[in-house]
Amino acid sequence: MKKLIIAGREFESRLFLGTGKFKSNEVMEQSILASGTEMVTVAMKRIELGDQEDDMLKHIVHPNIQLLPNTSGVRDAEEAVFAAQMAREAFGTNWLKLEIHPDPRYLLPDSVETLKATEQLVKMGFVVLPYCQADPTLCKHLEEAGAATVMPLGAPIGTNKGLQTRDFLRIIIEQATIPVVVDAGIGAPSHAAEAMEMGADACLVNTAIAVAGNPLEMAVAFKEAVIAGRRAYEAGLGVVSNNFEAEASSPLTSFLN
Amino acid sequence: MFSEELEQISWEQTSEAILAKTEYDVMRALGKEHCDVDDFMALISPAAAPFLEPMARLSKKYTEERFGKTISLFIPLYLTNSCTNSCVYCGFHVSNPMKRTILTFEEMENEYKAIKKLGPFENLLLVTGENPAKAGVDYIAKALDIAKPYFSNLKIEVMPLKAEEYKALTEHGLNGVICFQETYHKANYNIYHPRGMKADFEWRVNGFDRMGQAGVHSIGMGVLIGLEKEWRTDLTMLAYHLRYLQKHYWRTKYSVNFPRMCPSENGGFQPNVVMTDKELAQLTFAMRIFDHDVDISFSTREPAYIRDNMAGLGVTTMSAGSKTDPGGYYSYPQQLEQFHVTDERAAADVEAALRKMGVEPVWKDWDASFDLIGK
Repeated sequence: MKKLIIAGREFESRLFLGTGKFKSNEVMEQSILASGTEMVTVAMKRIELGDQEDDMLKHIVHPNIQLLPNTSGVRDAEEAVFAAQMAREAFGTNWLKLEIHPDPRYLLPDSVETLKATEQLVKMGFVVLPYCQADPTLCKHLEEAGAATVMPLGAPIGTNKGLQTRDFLRIIIEQATIPVVVDAGIGAPSHAAEAMEMGADACLVNTAIAVAGNPLEMAVAFKEAVIAGRRAYEAGLGVVSNNFEAEASSPLTSFLN
Repeated sequence: MFSEELEQISWEQTSEAILAKTEYDVMRALGKEHCDVDDFMALISPAAAPFLEPMARLSKKYTEERFGKTISLFIPLYLTNSCTNSCVYCGFHVSNPMKRTILTFEEMENEYKAIKKLGPFENLLLVTGENPAKAGVDYIAKALDIAKPYFSNLKIEVMPLKAEEYKALTEHGLNGVICFQETYHKANYNIYHPRGMKADFEWRVNGFDRMGQAGVHSIGMGVLIGLEKEWRTDLTMLAYHLRYLQKHYWRTKYSVNFPRMCPSENGGFQPNVVMTDKELAQLTFAMRIFDHDVDISFSTREPAYIRDNMAGLGVTTMSAGSKTDPGGYYSYPQQLEQFHVTDERAAADVEAALRKMGVEPVWKDWDASFDLIGK
């Protein structure tokens, strides 16, 4: 399998994990380790920023894991830029998952503010991974603004509904010159595998693992699904018969005979 | 720049891979809604020849989804046959002892008026040889200025320009640029284009990047069939180029052309390969299945029966009533052509034939007032 490269850093694993909604920090840590992930996002609002001994953070930080602070909770670009600077100071990393969702019900990303914040944060030296709508045009704008990846949603966050936006994700993947990480809505390993088979570069999963009957087992299942999907993509999928029917006569091309 | 990507792709390995494609590879490509370049290679390979009818059906379906039952019509006007290049296959070759003409601005306007009498043309393609000293960017700009009151959509097919020159021409109403790479085989390109500015392969192939950087709305690409024996490999390189451009210059609309040279065209150069009608049809269907949205253009190099029957099966743009000599519509109707026009029908006859095939000829699909937005 090809390695994933984001902003010059290589990743073996194409599964990113979120850290919300786990029943305990211990279970979260075990799930992170079981998943084989090398990129873990954490909401900075959850962390006691001045405290090096913060319990949640202690369970996330591991060698080989890129910590990806996220700005969940901010409502516009101005707040996001402020939060990003705090995150850089507190976590010692310029990597940032940009999340701007002013709407508290569905937590849908605000396209206008996300683009604005990306432009500013890139100029300030951040490696910006924006969570965004599955909007191909927006994704090209984010790319041009200097985003390190785009992270379009598969379905509303937390719904576990899978790739409801698949037609748009396909276009985003086709057009992108930066990695595409499918974020939000992935509720089952089969959804992750589908995204990877389509050519997504990585998946970010949180709720589906955190609230599973056995989060550790589910973390392993996602790890394997992402690998299987990626392998299938690189191997080239086989024949799908629905586009192709055999027909004896040749009404459209008989003029060539 | 695309030249860097092109260097990473082996011509020989690509040729071998195309010939190694199997029936199974073809079926896999046909089963996919969205094909990659590897699938395109299967679809143009000899292994796909028995699949012509299902390919036609699929190509027709995608064409109708995106373009409906329409063909966009345009007409070319050659502004000059003066050229400093020595492309071995071209009638305007610098050493060809022929009378050279550069239309005056008055002659140009006469041509524009004469074209409007041939049909309700709104899409005009202005063509020049490569002679920047005598027919350079300023000359082209003036030609666009004079044309704009007569035509709503103006494209040029001229020597590759600098990005800032393309940008400057958009201020004069330029809507699109067509440029033929001719062939992506670099070593042979240098043999076909031994002297003159066109001899610089990189300058030409990276011209498309410069068009994209300049924000040209519509870019036309092309391979001249007959130069390279391994035309399938040439078209595969074009497919890579198209995908590259679409990724990097995503605001631009693309068109592709793959005209076939006729044997003994202009007496001199003989094509190295003659593509059959069936192969042309297969290639056209493959291109449509590979890219549902790209404009596929057939010129009057193709015979009438091919153009009529292929309309609706994948082709979306055609020239009609074309003259390929400068001033051919009014001022100098008897000069030497750049290439021989096979479909010599008048524009009105092409229109009637298309209607008979159940296809609507579209003359106008742009309005000049859009060019003023933001200016």
